Amino acid sequence: MKRRSLLATAGAALASAPLSRAFAATVVGVTATEIKIGNIMPYSGPASAYGAIGRGHVAFFKRVNEQGGIAGRKINLITLDDGYAPPKTVEQARRLVEQDQVAFLFNPLGTPNNSAIQKYMNQKKVPHIFLSTGADKWGDPEHFPWTMGWQPSYRTEAQIYAKYIMKNAPNAKVAVLYQNDDFGKDYLIGLKDGFGAHYSKYVLKEFSFEVTDATIDSQAVSMQATGADTIVTAATPKFAAQMIRKVYDMSWKPLHFLTNVSASVGAVITPAGVEKAVGIITSAYAKDPTDSTWDKDAGMNEWRAFMKQYLPEADVTDGGYVFSYGACTTLVQVLKQCGDDFSRENIMKQAASLKNLVIPTLLPGVTINTSATNYHPIRQMQLSKWNGKTWELFGELIEGTGA
Amino acid sequence: MNLITSRYFPWVFLVAVAVLPLMFASDYKLFQFTMVVVYAIAVLGLNLLTGYNGQVSLGNGAFYAIGAYVTAIMMDKWDIPYWATIPFSAVICAGVGFLIGLPALRLGGMYLALTTFALAVATPQLLKYKLFDDYTGGVQGIVINKPDAPFGLPLNPDQWLYLFALTVGAILFILATNLVRGRIGRAMRAIRDQPLAAEAMGIDIAMFKTRTFALSAMFTGIAGSLGAITIQFVAPDAFGVPLSLTFFVGMVVGGGASIGGAIMGALFIQFIPNIADEISKAAPGAVYGLILIAFMFLLPGGLASLIRILKRKPA
Repeated sequence: MKRRSLLATAGAALASAPLSRAFAATVVGVTATEIKIGNIMPYSGPASAYGAIGRGHVAFFKRVNEQGGIAGRKINLITLDDGYAPPKTVEQARRLVEQDQVAFLFNPLGTPNNSAIQKYMNQKKVPHIFLSTGADKWGDPEHFPWTMGWQPSYRTEAQIYAKYIMKNAPNAKVAVLYQNDDFGKDYLIGLKDGFGAHYSKYVLKEFSFEVTDATIDSQAVSMQATGADTIVTAATPKFAAQMIRKVYDMSWKPLHFLTNVSASVGAVITPAGVEKAVGIITSAYAKDPTDSTWDKDAGMNEWRAFMKQYLPEADVTDGGYVFSYGACTTLVQVLKQCGDDFSRENIMKQAASLKNLVIPTLLPGVTINTSATNYHPIRQMQLSKWNGKTWELFGELIEGTGA
Repeated sequence: MNLITSRYFPWVFLVAVAVLPLMFASDYKLFQFTMVVVYAIAVLGLNLLTGYNGQVSLGNGAFYAIGAYVTAIMMDKWDIPYWATIPFSAVICAGVGFLIGLPALRLGGMYLALTTFALAVATPQLLKYKLFDDYTGGVQGIVINKPDAPFGLPLNPDQWLYLFALTVGAILFILATNLVRGRIGRAMRAIRDQPLAAEAMGIDIAMFKTRTFALSAMFTGIAGSLGAITIQFVAPDAFGVPLSLTFFVGMVVGGGASIGGAIMGALFIQFIPNIADEISKAAPGAVYGLILIAFMFLLPGGLASLIRILKRKPA
């Protein structure tokens, strides 16, 4: 009964989806006993810290299999290393699709890495879903109907800051510091979306830097000189820490919005100085494993029990495992919704018909919603402020603008 | 043993590597072999410069990047067919290599290594530079299309691309072999081993050094072009320091000052990371490092020395 009603909802939601009729069903990588899934992670190389996410996936599906699998099938997750090098990502994606014959790719990590395979995946019509990157371009069903992101995009996050500023500080004068790459530029676009026609009224000036620069000190000085009272920092951890310290050292007290990419206490706040970061605002969509607010939270207890049993040696303060748990839970829902039809078309269709899905590791109230035209599964976030000891959530959930 | 030491071996080898994979390998394997050819050309380019001429370069990835971008931009912006982009990328890279070879004249050993290293560090940012954004696609990079086989050949794109890369590679390898066997090769090695004596013999050191730089850049640039066509994607972050170091590893593992070593070095850099990944998901980098150290211990002269050992033994 339950499955039927799920299917009915999904069917109704997608009756008009172009995918549903255009192609004949292709079932690859799924047998009566197994569902084969591919994944690519930087287990080696400069981004190897993210390898935790892949190890989380492996443990998660071990549990799924021990509990009987999905629709009577065991999950066979093949996860490969690309060392964060896009050419290697292409090679591994081709291996998974052509040699291992996986049903689809789940959660490959990295913006340049996924850019390198996006066209290939769409040409081959293989689902390329719930990517481990916050770039905004993964939500483009019109041009890339087989690719879908998962986490809120950097652009959505910036829209949320703009929304907050317009509502709570209508006279703000904003200066923006952004990293000159995909990541930084998504923020700029998001602020433009958020402020809309008022962009030039709010934003005095944008400052950029290269990820290989030594410091952003001169940018910080110039930003203060513009007379801004609000700053938005779209920088990776090293530069974020420098920015926090420099702003404090200049005795400048602007309202400081910091990308949640750099909200890590260990990597940014502590090196910058916990007292220097007081008052900084960032945003979150998932529960922080180090935040005591969630000590008795049912969702996080579920996660902690999982970690204790399946990854007893792992570092439970590593947000990568929380991220993995959320993405895997989303995937399980998609596979459950597939019923008994594991064609690539149906897997993609179900990924694009998630309705108000609640994930135990996401903030209360954040739900996952997708449709044939909305490939941004998570679009709500809550702001949080650094109080000197921890990030403190405040205010309502805010949703990004546009689709 | 006799086969390996025979002078016809390279030709038998070439025909075998051209035909066998086409008959037996899957498209995915062909793609991997195509990348081996690409890396072999790049490693050969570095070997001419560092192995034969003694100019240590940790920045050849920059030439690879230029070659890749020349091809990608020409294909993407001006719809020029992929094969026609290769001569352009060869000429442009040779030119850039020559220019970089000029200051390199004044630098030796570690200082040259460091200067070329700086080149590798700077490359991704230059590619992201705003002024070139319209051409390079900035941080987003450029996606290019995979070419089909011409003349109605009954080959799929992967098979054709493999043959194409192999043909270009074979030409370059023959060129390099003839070059290092002759007068020029002797001069290159003389400069490496005894620059003073070389100069006394009338060898124009400055000319040879800058031209070797140009030649090395040209080879590496052509490899970059072929690599871009194979991967179908270029982006600044794919051409950072690790790429240059990968070529360096390929050269040392294959064997410095060895033509055949370039092929073995390329096999190493293509396949060993995959093996390391199979062995351990927790620390594939460490496994790779261990394999590398083991290779250096067992074969300090590189994989090419294995063939020399085989040759020395009477059959």
